[in-house]
Amino acid sequence: MSLAAAKPSIDDIWRWLNDVPDPEIPVVSVVDLGIVREARWQDDALLVTVTPTYSGCPATAVISFEIEEALRRQGIEKIKIETQLSPAWTTKWISAAGREKLKAYGIAPPVDGASCAGALKLPSSVNVTCPHCGAVDTECVSQFGSTPCKAHYRCKTCLEPFDYFKSF
Amino acid sequence: MTASNPLFEFTLHMGDNALILGQRVSAWCGHAPILEEDIALANTGLDLIGQTKLWLSYAAEIENKDRDADDLAFRRDGRDFRNCLLVEQPNGDYAQTMMRQFLFDAWHHPMLAALTNSSNKRVAEIAEKSEKEAAYHLERSTDLLIRLGDGSQESHDRMQTALDDLWRFTGELTSAGDVETSLGKENVIPDGSAISDQYASYIQTALREATLTIPEGVGMRQGGKKGIHTEDFGYLLAEMQSLPRAYPDAAW
Repeated sequence: MSLAAAKPSIDDIWRWLNDVPDPEIPVVSVVDLGIVREARWQDDALLVTVTPTYSGCPATAVISFEIEEALRRQGIEKIKIETQLSPAWTTKWISAAGREKLKAYGIAPPVDGASCAGALKLPSSVNVTCPHCGAVDTECVSQFGSTPCKAHYRCKTCLEPFDYFKSF
Repeated sequence: MTASNPLFEFTLHMGDNALILGQRVSAWCGHAPILEEDIALANTGLDLIGQTKLWLSYAAEIENKDRDADDLAFRRDGRDFRNCLLVEQPNGDYAQTMMRQFLFDAWHHPMLAALTNSSNKRVAEIAEKSEKEAAYHLERSTDLLIRLGDGSQESHDRMQTALDDLWRFTGELTSAGDVETSLGKENVIPDGSAISDQYASYIQTALREATLTIPEGVGMRQGGKKGIHTEDFGYLLAEMQSLPRAYPDAAW
């Protein structure tokens, strides 16, 4: 069997990558989050380009490791993972399916233009919706939540605290 | 370190600022006054240390002496560090920590934003990544500056004391020497006076809102960019570097 015939298609690769969970938020995959930018064959090696969410996010190294492991399980031996900084990762790259999964998990998905109203800024007219009760009367407790990508919010209707995936 | 490659010096300056402030801020982990602040500071420190890796990895490539980012962070001596004096100042009380953060963020964010237009592609890429994080840092430190400055008499007094103590270290951030002049000519770094104006105007607006007064007649201190640091810096390095120096190449 020639090497070329043994190469899985890029569609299959994307399907497999879509099963690799994010280590911090396992309900979404690294593809849902837009972390995987490209997958292509370079001769007999598979080149996967990933981009970090936050530059100090401890999950970044784990993500590369898990991508490599998932692809190895499918029999791919030569894998090269490259990190790309520009264009910088943005929450706009989170897929529609990913946003739904975040919400179902109890994390409010990013809302364009929503931000903690800084003391020097005008209050934002865009609100973050409570993932528990659906109310829009919510407030930011802290711009920094349990992970770098999340802010800490509180719902003023059902009074529950929740994580908000920051628009970035 | 004899070399004076301006780009090496500049990438060390950016990386060392982030490293040293990241190290300072991470010392609050588990000790901050309230849980939300503990988490926020830890996240800020994490961002800064992530940015450090980007800058120092590039610095190591420019130097091309078989050193990596870890070598630069953990095996350099004090005189070889290029961070500004502001970031190495001790944590003090929470007012001092937050004032230091605000005075740094208010420079860091516009600087990174301008660096996204650098003629050096790698510098522009690192800036593009870091600028988004610095925007959140600045938003938070400005909020706290105003909340504490325009807060109780006690918090106001502590913030004013912190400003009086730290103000003398702000001039260094926007000061220009040979490195800045040389890189400015090649459009690797932005025009210093533009950043300086932005810095001054942002700080003045925020401090006014925070009911704090800029001290008058203060002589500006500098030296960090040339490796002349303040006394506290030695203690910081001793702690930060003790493990990698005691166990070279340790891994887990």
